[in-house]
Amino acid sequence: MKKLALALAATLGLAATGAQAQNYPTRPVTMIVPFAAGGPTDVVARIVADHMSRTIGQQIVIENVAGAGGTTGIARGAQAQPDGYTIMMGHMGTHGAAPALYPNLKYDPAKDFAPIGLAAGTPILIVAKKDFPANDLKGFLDYMKTNGEKVNMAHAGVGSVSHSTGILFNSIIGAKPTMVAYRGTGPALNDLMANTVDYMTDQIVNVAPQIQGGNIKAFAIATPERSPALPNVPTTKEAGLPDYQVSAWNAVFAPKGTPPEIVKKLNDALVKALDDENTKKRLLDLGGVIPSAQERTPESLQKLVESEVARWTPVLQAAGAKAE
Amino acid sequence: MGDFLSNLTLGFGVALTPLNLGLAFLGCLVGTLIGVLPGVGPIATIAMLLPITFGLDPTGALIMLAGIYYGAQYGGSTTAILVNIPGEATSVVTALDGHQMARQGRAGVALGIAAIGSFFAGTVATLVIAALGAPLTRLALIFGPAEYFSLMVMGLVFAVVLARGSILKAIAMILVGVLLSTVGTDLETGEERMTFGLQFLVDGIDFAVLAMGIFGIAEILRNLDHTEHRDVVRQSIGRLLPNRDDFKQSYKPVLRGTFIGAVLGILPGNGAVLGPFASYTLEKKLARDPRRFGRGAIEGVAGPESANNAGAQTSFIPLLTLGIPPNAVMALMVGAMTIHGIVPGPQVMTRNPDLFWGMIASMWVGNLMLLVINLPMIGMWVRLLKVPYHLMFPAILMFCCIGIYSINSLPTDVMFIGLFGFVGYMLIKFGFEPAPMLLGFVLGKLMEENLRRALIISRGSMETFIDRPVSAGLLAVALILLVLALLPTVRKGRDEVFTE
Repeated sequence: MKKLALALAATLGLAATGAQAQNYPTRPVTMIVPFAAGGPTDVVARIVADHMSRTIGQQIVIENVAGAGGTTGIARGAQAQPDGYTIMMGHMGTHGAAPALYPNLKYDPAKDFAPIGLAAGTPILIVAKKDFPANDLKGFLDYMKTNGEKVNMAHAGVGSVSHSTGILFNSIIGAKPTMVAYRGTGPALNDLMANTVDYMTDQIVNVAPQIQGGNIKAFAIATPERSPALPNVPTTKEAGLPDYQVSAWNAVFAPKGTPPEIVKKLNDALVKALDDENTKKRLLDLGGVIPSAQERTPESLQKLVESEVARWTPVLQAAGAKAE
Repeated sequence: MGDFLSNLTLGFGVALTPLNLGLAFLGCLVGTLIGVLPGVGPIATIAMLLPITFGLDPTGALIMLAGIYYGAQYGGSTTAILVNIPGEATSVVTALDGHQMARQGRAGVALGIAAIGSFFAGTVATLVIAALGAPLTRLALIFGPAEYFSLMVMGLVFAVVLARGSILKAIAMILVGVLLSTVGTDLETGEERMTFGLQFLVDGIDFAVLAMGIFGIAEILRNLDHTEHRDVVRQSIGRLLPNRDDFKQSYKPVLRGTFIGAVLGILPGNGAVLGPFASYTLEKKLARDPRRFGRGAIEGVAGPESANNAGAQTSFIPLLTLGIPPNAVMALMVGAMTIHGIVPGPQVMTRNPDLFWGMIASMWVGNLMLLVINLPMIGMWVRLLKVPYHLMFPAILMFCCIGIYSINSLPTDVMFIGLFGFVGYMLIKFGFEPAPMLLGFVLGKLMEENLRRALIISRGSMETFIDRPVSAGLLAVALILLVLALLPTVRKGRDEVFTE
């Protein structure tokens, strides 16, 4: 019903497109989340949008437009009126890996958006089945050198975070495991726990409970610092693989051409949300990493997008991965 | 046992607080009302209503969400029975005989037995979860790709038995369903298959779109085509609730359905989908006169509905004990839990015992609420059938469009129900049954993915399906079922079970 009301509001609003940015926002703002409700990106979006709504004085309504690894929703957002009433929650996949995976991508992550700011990063962990013969990253790398042929790596489908980060990991360590695809992280984890597949890389929010419960083992976390949720898991740097630094970041974008005053207003609201103790706690509870003050500006987000596209494109193309 | 009782006491202590009772009631009511919208199954309902739980504490929010889930599930059955539009895979079977009952003026009885069977199944399944949840978790881990493949093969054999008409046509329809399920991005390679370069086909065809078109829209077309068949409206309504005879016919199917549904529900990887189909197949095989099936047999509603609800309930086991969502609805529940600051996993049981046991107790409370809400509403739903059809069908069409659009916000989905509706109409005209096709569609994807996964892991060796005992057992059952199904055809040249 909310959606219907919004659609109505949007139609009426068109008549007053000229409305000044000063008064923004005079009606609810739609935030497109390019994934199904309940996923990690959706959760971050809802937590952040909840606080941002209070700052801008209008409700930010989440609209889940899932499909094609998130590119369907982002493509729709990129084509929306740049009036600040449609914004979107992009992430590492849609604004980093997508150009390599989708040759017919309908948007350019670096050119078609007005970046608002980074919302939260989710660390990536290297995890393996409980019965895996190695107990730390070094042992794992040694094992891969001699038994690489026999090993199966699980991932949650081409274009998913676990797929992209897994390919990056394999290219760094020079491993060529047999890749086994699942539809989503849940089934992949299930088979990892059942010792059917050997290892995978995935976001902390998905794997942390199973690590704490002793159902799978964790070799390393790909962040500069250890996570408070898993204090016993070493960083990749400590474990001897400093090159593997990766995070599934989520960031807010507006379509290109959104007035700078509106971008500033939204960025202020986002920064305020990230400074709020309660919002911060909710994100940290999920294992998220709160961006530092310098990382929160639109400019640094633009740089992040450019560097991510430059980083993922060669790795994914070398692996021959595509999801046309 | 002492533990079990004290845990349940703790649970009911949480679930029976006035606030949580109210939330369970509200969840069931809202879930039922939204779930009744054609095409809007539990997934869409929960996704839509998720935000309204944000202001609540986690336990209350989850109790309400679980209520929405049962409500939507039940609401979907109501739509299947009244207007022949199954909102999701599990209510396809309910539509078969349920809608025929409605056409014969027995809509109230069908709805009543569905509600009562569901309540019974829900009660049993809740006890199963409370008593055996943790040990049963291991079952979920026994099932690897090879086992799933074999389970799906068995499921396809059910689809053959499901058919009413010619067995050849049924098999053809199953294969079409399997073929349709392969549209979209290939999971392993990321290549597009049969999308004709069309963007909206990249993620495949949505079940709700297919089911709504093939069943719902096609039904409307057929009704408009020959008015004299549209007996729904003119039939007297008859009794609103099942009587003694109905119960006598139904209690065994309910018991069997509950058992089948509960077992299959525990399996992750959407095992619960098979529950209603398996139950229907079993009832049809056991019935003294199988020809009544598909023409309004009450067993064909009682069994599958119980299986459906038992499965819906026990599919919480992998989520609650492992934190692993076995299907899309449960994935949504995971999201709901994380939004409320609870990361589901093996620790929830020890770390948040009040939440864990409170939720289990509230499952039973939710089922009771459903009964309380739905029995009085039957009268209202049935009266709806009295609305003249020329007023009714535009409304159904409109709700179909709203429902389908609200799921993915894609205009192409709305166009597709029109296309599938036309296809469904042609199929009916040529005497093809849509139900086996839908089952083929649901199982096809799971079957293909698990086949390829199993073969990748075994490095291409087919023996993996026979080496693994559970997989071998399932394949053997499938073979026996198939032989039993085909035997009469071979022996008499004419099949009593399948031909009318």
